[in-house]
Amino acid sequence: MPVNSPPTDDTDAPGPGAKSPLSLEITGVSKSFGRFPALNDVSLQARDKEFLALLGPSGSGKTTLLRVLAGLERPDAGEVRFGGEDFLSLPVRQRRVGMVFQHYALFRHMTVAQNIAFGLKVRRRRERPSRSEVDDRVADLLSLVQLEDLGKRFPAQLSGGQRQRVALARALAIEPRMLLLDEPFGALDAQVRRELRRWLREVHDRAGVTTVFVTHDQEEALDLADRVAILKGGELIQLGTPNEVYENPADPFVYDFLGAACRLPGMVEGGRLTVADWEAKAPKDAPQGPVEVFFRPDEVSFAPGDGAGLAAEVKAVAARGPDVRIECLIEGRLFELEAHGPGAPAGVAPGLALRIKPMRPKVYPAPAPA
Amino acid sequence: MTVEARPISKTRLPGLAALLVLASAIVMAVLVLAPLFVVFGDAFSKGFSKYLASIRDPDAVAAVKLTLLVAAIAVPLNALFGIAAAWCIAKFEFRGKSALLTLIDLPFSMSPVVSGLVWVLLFGAQGWFGTWLIDHDVKIIFATTGLVLATILVTFPFVARELIPLMQDQGADEEAAALTLGASGLTAFWKITLPNIRWALLYGVLLCNARAMGEFGAVSVVSGHIRGLTTTLPLHVEVLYNDYDFVGAFAAASLLASLGLVTLVLKTTLEWRHAGELSANRRH
Repeated sequence: MPVNSPPTDDTDAPGPGAKSPLSLEITGVSKSFGRFPALNDVSLQARDKEFLALLGPSGSGKTTLLRVLAGLERPDAGEVRFGGEDFLSLPVRQRRVGMVFQHYALFRHMTVAQNIAFGLKVRRRRERPSRSEVDDRVADLLSLVQLEDLGKRFPAQLSGGQRQRVALARALAIEPRMLLLDEPFGALDAQVRRELRRWLREVHDRAGVTTVFVTHDQEEALDLADRVAILKGGELIQLGTPNEVYENPADPFVYDFLGAACRLPGMVEGGRLTVADWEAKAPKDAPQGPVEVFFRPDEVSFAPGDGAGLAAEVKAVAARGPDVRIECLIEGRLFELEAHGPGAPAGVAPGLALRIKPMRPKVYPAPAPA
Repeated sequence: MTVEARPISKTRLPGLAALLVLASAIVMAVLVLAPLFVVFGDAFSKGFSKYLASIRDPDAVAAVKLTLLVAAIAVPLNALFGIAAAWCIAKFEFRGKSALLTLIDLPFSMSPVVSGLVWVLLFGAQGWFGTWLIDHDVKIIFATTGLVLATILVTFPFVARELIPLMQDQGADEEAAALTLGASGLTAFWKITLPNIRWALLYGVLLCNARAMGEFGAVSVVSGHIRGLTTTLPLHVEVLYNDYDFVGAFAAASLLASLGLVTLVLKTTLEWRHAGELSANRRH
């Protein structure tokens, strides 16, 4: 489906249905730069037309993986197949991947229109569209990225958000088989990021390509992607839908990385979880013995000081509309909890003694003492 | 409509600074402008016709032609070497990169006489390849080839030094983008790399050319001072001066001085018009 076709509202939404075939298969890919291992035995798959996020802190290898897919880096080991084809044996120019670079990498000496037309004009003569076809295509793409009037501008004359859209249009111009985005919103301010996020998802759905996008922003990944691959230190830690990874983080790192986290030491014995003076039923498949208990600061319920739960002493309260931020001391540690509207305890004020219950605690084995 | 007054201390130089500015202006006038006046003054001291005659002297014409020939070979070659070296250094990571950078700088830190002498040691009659060259009747030292080699060595860093910081600054992302869009390496170079460095390249070539035409030390060693054959313009000046032909010497020197002035004008124009596309250290 050409990307410049009008939006269709029929039901062939290119969601990553379980039935759609695998398009991208990465198997055992490793890559090191000198003695620094950037990727270590990474394997993952993406379905056709899937929107896959590679999420991780800096140095996690996500950008290296993206560059391996583009052909800009050669892995030391492993296999990459796309649509069944051995991708690693193809040179960059034959892979037909549309890549949007972190800093856009627009050709600074060319106008916006020339930038977008570049991929068409460098084709071999017999595959090259005629000049008027190129012009039409550029016009279509400019309207897709809502920059109709800026074709004659130079990249230096555009705002960050505009440059990002030009980079996307340029990548889409070659009708890529796969779209690769490296921190596409990294250089933009928060307001523009949010606006572009939804729009990018629409462009992906309309273009009907497999998209892999790299980000260190967990909110962005969870909000946009069909599935999220979480990397750390060059290794794949977890792969799943945003809901799966958020609800069931594979380890403390993922839990911590996906949102604000509170942690306390605890103990699991005989199906019971004990944290300080609070005891509850242990979550399913919780490890036995000393554990670390994690919970989200907004997933707690409050009870009066003589009720059941973890003893907490309120240190500070900040109300913003219906939301209340409660800073309190639990087990000698300071936590910042959040309560919304009716969930907030009545009459909460500094000095008050409360009991709190984590609603959905996650339990991981306690780290071995160093 | 009024512009907010700035604190005076920021706009007015304190007394000492003004004095220093004045002092350096005087020094510049004595050291730079005065010689320039002397050169042109002495060149025209015996009248315009004498000046013209000195310049039209067959040896002078031969010197000008030789200078142009040497520059015409050395400058394009060094432009190519410079682009290649800057390309490798700026766009790729490899072992020995800093060694290569140091090597590029070597001609700057070495006396030009040494740059000339190495060729004599290699290709001179007593040099490493001397006997072989004589047996095969190849003349390098005391010939145009030697002059070109010496000039290339001395002027090697100019283009490379100009391009390396700019290309490092620009990174390799644009080329990478061109490749993903289906361009070949060569296309990426012609359509992306070269246009991005064109003004800096011109700037480097300009400086390289000025040095190539003005070089004295290195070419002096390999030239042998054969009048009309191996004397470039700077060497010609020396020869005439040693002959007490002051008008001739200063007439030839005035040509070199004019070259310097033209270079200065072009260089300033480039810095002014294309500051953004020159290396960061050239931006004003």
